[in-house]
Amino acid sequence: MSEKKYWQGFGELNEPEKLQKQRQNEFQEELPFGDLEDKGLMDAKAPRRDFLKYLGFSTAAATIAASCKIPVIKAIPYANKPDNIIPGVAKYYATTYVQDGDVVPVVAKVRDGRPIKIEGNELCSFTKGGTSARSQASVLDLYDMYRNRYPSRKTAGGKFEEIPTFEQLDKMIGDALAGLGTAPVALLTSTLVSPSSQEIIDAFLKKFNGIHVQYDGVSYSGMLEANQATFGKKEIPQYNFDKANLIVSLGADFLATWLSPVEFAHQYAKGRRIDEKNPVMSKHYQFESYLSTTGSSADERFTHRPSETGAVALALYAALGGNASAPALADEKLKNGIAKVANDLKAASGKALVICGSNDVNVQMIVNAINNLIGAYGNTIDWSGSLNYRKGIDKDMRDLVDKMDGGQVGAVFIYGANPAYDYYDADRFKSALKKVKLSVSFGEKMDETTQLCNYVVPTHHYLESWGDAVPKTGCTSFIQPTIYPLFKTRPYQTSLMLWSGNASTYEDYFKDYWTKKFGTTEAYEKALQDGIIESAPAASSAGSFNSSSIANAVTAVSSVKKGGKNELMLYQKVSLGTGSQAGNPWLQELPDAVSKATWDNYAMISMSMAKDLGIKLDVNYEYFPEKPVIKLTAGKKEIELPVLVIPGMNSNTIAVAVGYGRTDKLGKAAAGIGKNAYPFSSLDGNNISYSVADVSVTDLHKTYKLARTQLHNTYENRFEVVRETSLATFKKDPEVIPEYREELAKEFYDQANGNYRSNATLYPEHAQPGLKWGMSIDMNVCIGCGACVVACNAENNIPVVGKHEVMRAHEMHWMRIDRYFVSTPNNPDELKSVVFQPMLCQHCDNAPCENVCPVSATSHSAEGLNMMAYNRCVGTRYCANNCPYKVRRFNWADYNGADSFPNNQNFTGVGELDPVVSQMNDDLTRMVLNPDVTVRSRGVMEKCSFCVQRLQAAKLDAKADNRPLRDGDAKTACMMACPTEAITFGNVHDKESQISKVREGNPQRMYYVIEQLHTLPNVNYLAKVRNTDEIIEAGHHESKKEAGATAVPSAHNS
Amino acid sequence: MNPHKPTTKKLTLLFFFAFVFTVVHLSAQDGKALFQQKCAVCHNIFKPMTGPELMNLEQRGPWADHNKLLEWIHNPAAFMAKDPYTAGLKAQYGIVMTPFPELTLKDVDAIVSYIDGEVAAKSAPKGPTTGTAVEEKTSGSGNAVFYGVISLILAVIALILMQVNSNLKKLSDDKEGIERPEPVPFYKNKIYIAIVAILLFILAGYYITKGGIGLGRTIGYEPVQPIFYSHKVHAGINQINCLYCHGGAWESKQASIPSVNVCMNCHKSINTYEKGPELFDADGKKIDGTAEIQKLYSYAGFDPNNASSWNPSKAKPIEWVKIHNLPDHVFFSHEQHVRAGKVQCQTCHGDITSMNEVKQFAELSMGWCINCHRETKVDFNYDSTKGNKFYSIYEKFHEDIKAGKMDSVTVKDIGGLECQKCHY
Repeated sequence: MSEKKYWQGFGELNEPEKLQKQRQNEFQEELPFGDLEDKGLMDAKAPRRDFLKYLGFSTAAATIAASCKIPVIKAIPYANKPDNIIPGVAKYYATTYVQDGDVVPVVAKVRDGRPIKIEGNELCSFTKGGTSARSQASVLDLYDMYRNRYPSRKTAGGKFEEIPTFEQLDKMIGDALAGLGTAPVALLTSTLVSPSSQEIIDAFLKKFNGIHVQYDGVSYSGMLEANQATFGKKEIPQYNFDKANLIVSLGADFLATWLSPVEFAHQYAKGRRIDEKNPVMSKHYQFESYLSTTGSSADERFTHRPSETGAVALALYAALGGNASAPALADEKLKNGIAKVANDLKAASGKALVICGSNDVNVQMIVNAINNLIGAYGNTIDWSGSLNYRKGIDKDMRDLVDKMDGGQVGAVFIYGANPAYDYYDADRFKSALKKVKLSVSFGEKMDETTQLCNYVVPTHHYLESWGDAVPKTGCTSFIQPTIYPLFKTRPYQTSLMLWSGNASTYEDYFKDYWTKKFGTTEAYEKALQDGIIESAPAASSAGSFNSSSIANAVTAVSSVKKGGKNELMLYQKVSLGTGSQAGNPWLQELPDAVSKATWDNYAMISMSMAKDLGIKLDVNYEYFPEKPVIKLTAGKKEIELPVLVIPGMNSNTIAVAVGYGRTDKLGKAAAGIGKNAYPFSSLDGNNISYSVADVSVTDLHKTYKLARTQLHNTYENRFEVVRETSLATFKKDPEVIPEYREELAKEFYDQANGNYRSNATLYPEHAQPGLKWGMSIDMNVCIGCGACVVACNAENNIPVVGKHEVMRAHEMHWMRIDRYFVSTPNNPDELKSVVFQPMLCQHCDNAPCENVCPVSATSHSAEGLNMMAYNRCVGTRYCANNCPYKVRRFNWADYNGADSFPNNQNFTGVGELDPVVSQMNDDLTRMVLNPDVTVRSRGVMEKCSFCVQRLQAAKLDAKADNRPLRDGDAKTACMMACPTEAITFGNVHDKESQISKVREGNPQRMYYVIEQLHTLPNVNYLAKVRNTDEIIEAGHHESKKEAGATAVPSAHNS
Repeated sequence: MNPHKPTTKKLTLLFFFAFVFTVVHLSAQDGKALFQQKCAVCHNIFKPMTGPELMNLEQRGPWADHNKLLEWIHNPAAFMAKDPYTAGLKAQYGIVMTPFPELTLKDVDAIVSYIDGEVAAKSAPKGPTTGTAVEEKTSGSGNAVFYGVISLILAVIALILMQVNSNLKKLSDDKEGIERPEPVPFYKNKIYIAIVAILLFILAGYYITKGGIGLGRTIGYEPVQPIFYSHKVHAGINQINCLYCHGGAWESKQASIPSVNVCMNCHKSINTYEKGPELFDADGKKIDGTAEIQKLYSYAGFDPNNASSWNPSKAKPIEWVKIHNLPDHVFFSHEQHVRAGKVQCQTCHGDITSMNEVKQFAELSMGWCINCHRETKVDFNYDSTKGNKFYSIYEKFHEDIKAGKMDSVTVKDIGGLECQKCHY
């Protein structure tokens, strides 16, 4: 086993030479030349004469095609142009992304009447313009061709037929409601955050004597009930990660999926950003069963079985002096970890925070008791207000299903909830739903639950809607329509109002509701324009902790049974979450932060379990998409999944993501992708448990192809890519990174006669007389969430290529987030850290790609950009070969349908592209394209442009205003999407700009990736520092020699 | 040839322009812009339009006093209440003028002085214009033909001489009794054939390439439009500012074609085409202007006899034929050129004010764009009083200009030839 410091896959660790060889093989797949073997060229499928015939024909055809008459293009202006619209100029409307209770205040960019991009709302105090991958991708959902386009009714044959008018629909529903008699009506929704809708619902329920049940796909009921028991409020308090010097997470994935990840990530980053003059940062401990996105950012991780979650909390409680005896934990490392964390918690004196991802009410009560002991309440946890993201109580839902099953519910109206897919006992729900006389779904899409309802009355997408959301106390975020409804849909609130006898519309109701609250129309309009109103933060409150129920919780947790040999943990991916946006191709193609897999869910297993299963962690395992398939069985439930071996997992835990295995009615992006893992959730006490304490694993001795992206780009054994150190080392020897940089550049310095920049190269230096763009990425606060990648997709018209193309390393993302494992030298399973490195075109000032282009399609600009002219590109791919960062992407196929030849999307020998590509090329879906960015056709190279369209627009705005460009005028899409502000961008010639200050203020962490090649990148990175006491010996001096030896033979690039 | 001549010519031109600018600059320059922005939509200098002609306005009504004029412009309704002259105008024209509260007394002075200047210019005989530049151009292209003819003649003479030479050689050889093979006639001479073949190849290659490059270019494209809309009548004779209809050119990448309601702003009251010159289409067919206005009405759903009942929201859009088509992979912004670059519309669109139906004036090829970017000077802020302050960050250029190393900054200097200025 080599002593590689940073590694991305097992092949790299175990068989580095073989991997290197493998990577140099350009075509891993079978090439379609099989029929040529041992036969002459004339016997081949396309012999030489045919080739010449085709050549002649296509030349002639091209000539004729080119000399055809130029088509007449119409220019059709408005008939009656609205005053506030200027064709070609984007408008921005503040609105709010609301999905299953997730709330992100956003601003929609609307070009010529179409929303095309989502940005964060910078006026929001808790996100400061940050977004999530899902909110970024939500604009694509608007143009989803699989949305419900009209109200419909299930006929006797089980098919849905359109109801021609809303009047007819209202009459049908009215008649049905009237015929119910005394049977109660139920309204089943996901967590509702809208106060005005709540009023409408209340009126509706009052009229029909109904009940309202809020139901969450992944429940937080345990937490709500624990707070009810200990604080007397069925609410979730506000968390202040920024005020915590010490963060202990017991399995809560708070940077990716837990409650309000955008808000928490923003707070978290405040504590993690380092001031080099006074290097302090918050400390983050993570106890978990699998390697989560949040766990990847932790300073120290400890793993345990899912069944031990309560025991860990209890042990921590006991170690902190709580009234409980420490349970027996077998794992020494875990035990020591708990002791260490307990000591740190004691020392943190209130500046600490413990959170827990469990849905077990008893565990959450113990966590509350811990937070009470360490004095978190009133400091890092604030009871002066509540977070409203999740409100569903498991018992309410169970009661409803019982009532439905007992025939006691006359009608059920469903909005936002999809229990037929994500309920732990979905079959019971389905059969119960059949017993309800009238079932109406407001579903935007034909999801699993909507399919079972009698009536489908689709509601608007949020970008077509009016609305409001109160994500937390004292903050209201508004929703206003950005486009006229695309289809015959109606807000569910209007439907409920009509059916309860209020003939008004929700739009009027909403306006009236808020105008009354604000007093004036002006104030209402101002609030809509800003998108958000926040009251001054209330004084922090500790709440009143009631410890009377803790003893029972301790007893309950102590008596939890031990798990079997293997345990199963269900988790949410940062891309799909609970799965409600599974039909979104951008999210499906977004590589997972940890596994870097796309288009599937899979069983993540530990290295020791891999050993048991006989999986050899060699190059072949790592390199080829085929992965062994196992069957997981728990009771009568079983699931077959491919396995991915992940370091840093608990040995006995298998982790499977929920949100997959959706109905094919959600579209080509969701059909046949992954397996549904929700059936493995179960009822544990009163709450739903997302882990199984005993599953049996069967090796099925077959394979399944998984599309992972991590190994698609190779640095040719140049490892000077990632810089990472511990805080203790950094404090002890702050100059370690600058010294290493100097050492790397020494060869050039020696030859450069004092001027490293210009004399160390044969090529002339590029002059930048005015602007010079630069970017800085702080790896300390990058959490790998992928919001930037999706934002880049949306901004730059980056095509979706589909799973099969990803498997062939043809993914087109301009930005990838490389994930590196840092482990102890001899045990890769013992993870010290995971480093996320967003990698994009480095815009080198001495760019290797520019020199090799035979047609000068890529060249350098006077502003330091590495430019790419698509129409000049002839597709030699020399540039991509010569790029040391492997950030160039080649259009192997006509992914965008941009070419006029119809069969350009078929490959000879490989077959057609995945159906999702044609979904992306549908006229409706294409409305999301950014008109300022070229849609690339087959055979051209592309790469990150630093969002040049935004830079040009910012410059033009400055010129039009007759002023110099200000810092912050030009922002890239990735930078704006980032919830942690990890990316800084600007003009480096401006000494007052943010980018200049970041570079100047961080000399000890700043570096450029593989800078010893003298590529002079314009993107710099700030090294990651993890907050541990470990002293890392400067070990790079030895490895430098190794690098020198391996970096030389890179001539195969030709 | 006198090598100094072109320089002197340029210098004279420069002086001429400098003179014109210094004279006119003081007020009329602003007056013209203001007139075109604010007044030209409804007023012509020489004849009544939606509103009365503005020629000699100081001799009418109370307008000798510019303060009163300003008061009227700021709030016509209020002014009219106490002024019988303007009340009479309302009776005559049917509408009251739009208020322009943003105009100042200085602006009004400038507009009036511009109008006076125009009136004076019209009555004065026209002076010599910049015809010299045009002459120079034509003589340039004439030279090429001339040189071509001369080289052709020379080539023929050379050929004849060579033939004569070889015949003479043959004769002298015969005399001296040297046995020589029969001379090959020139059409069988491999050297000649080779030369001709190479020449043909080069010529054919040149023309095929040139033709190939020209494929898809539509210079001179003048499609028939759904309405015979004469730019000559609107922008030329009636001097409507380009930006009144194509406002997007100032604030957007697209110049945008005006919507029907913009046309109707004026055509609600202009129902007939009477006073202008006779109109002819490209085929020389006579066009009835009034009938064309009727076409507009049918799109707008407007009945001139029942004007008050017009509902603009019922209008149908007019499907104009797009003339200036750039490929999809080109980003072109009118705002950049018109507003930031201060390029005149006519630079790319030709003399629109004399075209009836518009035809494509420029090649719209990349070479054409690039050439302009090579030569055009940016609105550089040579000092704090002029130019666009955006360029203040170009410190090196400022220093070079001060040091005399550089006299102007062209678009090329700030990266205007780079691919990604237009292709992204």
